[in-house]
Amino acid sequence: MNFFLEVLIGGLLSGVMYALVALGFVMIYKASGVFNFAQGAMVYLAALSVVGCMEKGAPLWLAIILAFAIMTVFGIATEKFVLRKLVNQPPIALFMATIGLAFFIEGVAPMIFGSEPRALELGIVDEPIPWILDNWNMVISKFDLVAAGVAAVLVATLALFFQYTRIGRALRAVADDHQAALSIGIPLQHIWAIVWGVAGFVALVAGMMWGARNGVQFALTFTALKALPVLILGGFTSVPGAIVGGLIIGASEKLAEIYIPPVMQDLFGGNFGGIEGWFPYVLALLFLLVRPEGLFGEKHIDRV
Amino acid sequence: MLYREAGQFKTTYAADQQLFPIRQDRIGVITLLLVAFFAVPLLASEYWFSAILIPFLIFALAALGLNILTGYAGQLSLGSAAFMAVGAYAAYNFQLRIEGIPILVSFALAGLTAAGVGILFGLPSLRIKGFYLAVATLAAQFFIVWCLTKFPWLSNNSSSGVISTQQLIFFGHELKTPVEKYLLVLSIVVVMALAAKNMVRSTTGRAWMAVRDMDVAASVIGIKLMPTKLLAFAVSSFYCGVAGAMYAFCYLGSVEPDGFSLEMSFKILFMIIIGGVGSIMGSFLGAAFILLLPIFLDIALPFFADLFGLPFSSATVSHIQITVFGALIMFFLIVEPHGLARLWQIAKEKLRLWPFPH
Repeated sequence: MNFFLEVLIGGLLSGVMYALVALGFVMIYKASGVFNFAQGAMVYLAALSVVGCMEKGAPLWLAIILAFAIMTVFGIATEKFVLRKLVNQPPIALFMATIGLAFFIEGVAPMIFGSEPRALELGIVDEPIPWILDNWNMVISKFDLVAAGVAAVLVATLALFFQYTRIGRALRAVADDHQAALSIGIPLQHIWAIVWGVAGFVALVAGMMWGARNGVQFALTFTALKALPVLILGGFTSVPGAIVGGLIIGASEKLAEIYIPPVMQDLFGGNFGGIEGWFPYVLALLFLLVRPEGLFGEKHIDRV
Repeated sequence: MLYREAGQFKTTYAADQQLFPIRQDRIGVITLLLVAFFAVPLLASEYWFSAILIPFLIFALAALGLNILTGYAGQLSLGSAAFMAVGAYAAYNFQLRIEGIPILVSFALAGLTAAGVGILFGLPSLRIKGFYLAVATLAAQFFIVWCLTKFPWLSNNSSSGVISTQQLIFFGHELKTPVEKYLLVLSIVVVMALAAKNMVRSTTGRAWMAVRDMDVAASVIGIKLMPTKLLAFAVSSFYCGVAGAMYAFCYLGSVEPDGFSLEMSFKILFMIIIGGVGSIMGSFLGAAFILLLPIFLDIALPFFADLFGLPFSSATVSHIQITVFGALIMFFLIVEPHGLARLWQIAKEKLRLWPFPH
C-alpha cells in the first residue's frame, strides 16, 4: 500500500510538471486560437537562456530577468513576423507554422547558447524528505514538492491576472470572440503580443523546473509531447483542465509503468518497459471517445 | 501560347473524362514517364539512384498517402511514419513466414495490413476533429513504434527490433543493382500515383473534399461520414504502408522501429505543406524539395564557411539546417500557403499567353 501511495504521489507531482508546460499551450490557444506546437521549444529556449546567461557570469536572479526579456522579445517577434501575416488562414496553417517555429528555435537556441547538456542549479536538492521517509517509509522528493508549489503559485497568479486586471479582461474578451473584441476597441495585436509574452513566462517557469530536474538539454523540447495528452484530456481552453489533466496523466502514467509491464510479461514474456511513452496518449484517446471536448473544454457546436 | 487548350474539342464522353484532358498535360506526363523509365537509368550514377532518386520516390508516395488523408479528407495526421513502419514490418513478416510469396504480393499485403491499422487509429476521427485528432494520431505514432520494439515475434526475435530485409526476387530474378530497384519503385509509384489522381476525382474523392470543407454540411447532403473518413484513413495508410515496405526493402535494406520516428512523420507533413496540401503533384514537388534541401545545405554551408572564413563545426551545420528548415516552413506558409503546386498552377496560367502580352 505504501508503495502504491508512493508511486501515486510521485506521479501526481510529476503530473504538475506536465501541467506547467500544458499551461503555456492553453494560454495561447485561449487567446488566439493557435495551437502552439513550439511551446516545448520555448521551454528549451527559456532554460537555455537562463543557463547561458549564468555561464556569462550573471547571478541567478539577473539570468532569470534576462531570460524573461528574451522570451518576451521572442514572443513579440513571433507575433509580428509570423502570426500577424497568417491572419485569416485556416487554423491548420497556423499550427504548421508553429511546427516550423519549433524547428527554428531548436536550431537557433543552441547556436547562441551552445548545445551541450548542462545542469541548472536553483538551490533545491532533489532528495527525499527525511520526515516522510522516517514516518511512512515513502520516498517523496523535495524538489517535486517545490515544483508543485511553484505551479500552484503560477496558476493562482495567472487566475488573478486574468480575473482582475484590465489586460486580463481584454485577454478573456479576445478569447471569447476576436471580432467582438476588436469592435469594442481592444487592440488585438497588442493583446496577442502580451499573450505570447505570458506564454514565454510560463515556458520560463516550466523550463527552469524541468531544467533543474533533468538538466538543460535538447530533450527539454520533448516536454511538449508530454503535455499534449494532458491538453486533450483537460480541454484546450481550460486552465483548471490543464492542472487536473496533468495530475491524471502523471499519476496514471507512473502507475501503469509500474503495474502493467509485469502483467504483460506473464502473458507474452519479454521486457515491456517504456510504456510511459504512449500510455498517456492512449488514455487520453479513450477518454476522448467518451467526452470529445475533454474534461473542461467548451462544448463544440457545429453550425452549417 | 504554349499551354493553350483552345481548339481541343472533345467529341466523346470518354475523351472529356480522361485523366489528363488537356493535350499539353498528356504530352508532358508521357515525356516525364519516358525520361524517368528510359533516360534516367541510362544517365544517372549509382549515387543518384541509391541516395536521391529511390528515397525521393518512396517519400513522395508516403507524402501522397498523407495528402489523401490531410489534403483531401481534411484529417490532420502526425503518425504517417508509424504506418510506414507497419508496412515495412508486415512485408518483412509476409516474406519470412509464407514460403515463396512474390514480392509484389507481400507489398500489397503490407499495404493492406497498414490500412487495417489505419482504420483502427482512424476510429477516433468519428468523434473528434481538428487538433484533438492530430494529437490522437500521435498515439498511433508512439504505440506502433513501441509495439515493434517490444514484441520480438514481429522482428523475428532480433535484438531491439532491427530487421534485415530479404532478397528482392521479382519473377525469379533477383533485383540487386540500384537501377533495378529504382525501376521497381518507379513502377509502383507511378501506378499508385495515377490511381490516386483517378481516385480524388471520383465519388470517393469528392466525398472526401466535402468532408474536409465541412463535415456537418457533407453529412447533411447525404455523405456518410463514417465510411468516408475511415476509407480515407485506410487508403492513406495503404499508401504509407507500401511506401514503408519499399523504404525497408528497396532503400535501406535494414530498418529499426526507432527509425520511423515522429521526426519522420513531421518530415512527411512538411513535404505536403511545402508541396501543396490537396495536390497529387504537390506531394512529389514537396518530397523533392525536402529531400534535396539538406543535401544542398550540406554542400553549400562549407562553401560559405570557406568564403567568410567562419569555422562551422558539424553540430553548427546541423543546427543551421534545422533553422533554415523551420524558417522555410514559416516563409512558405506566409508567402504561398498553397505550396509549390500553386506556383506551378500560376506558371501554367502565365504560359497560356506567353510570349504574347494578352
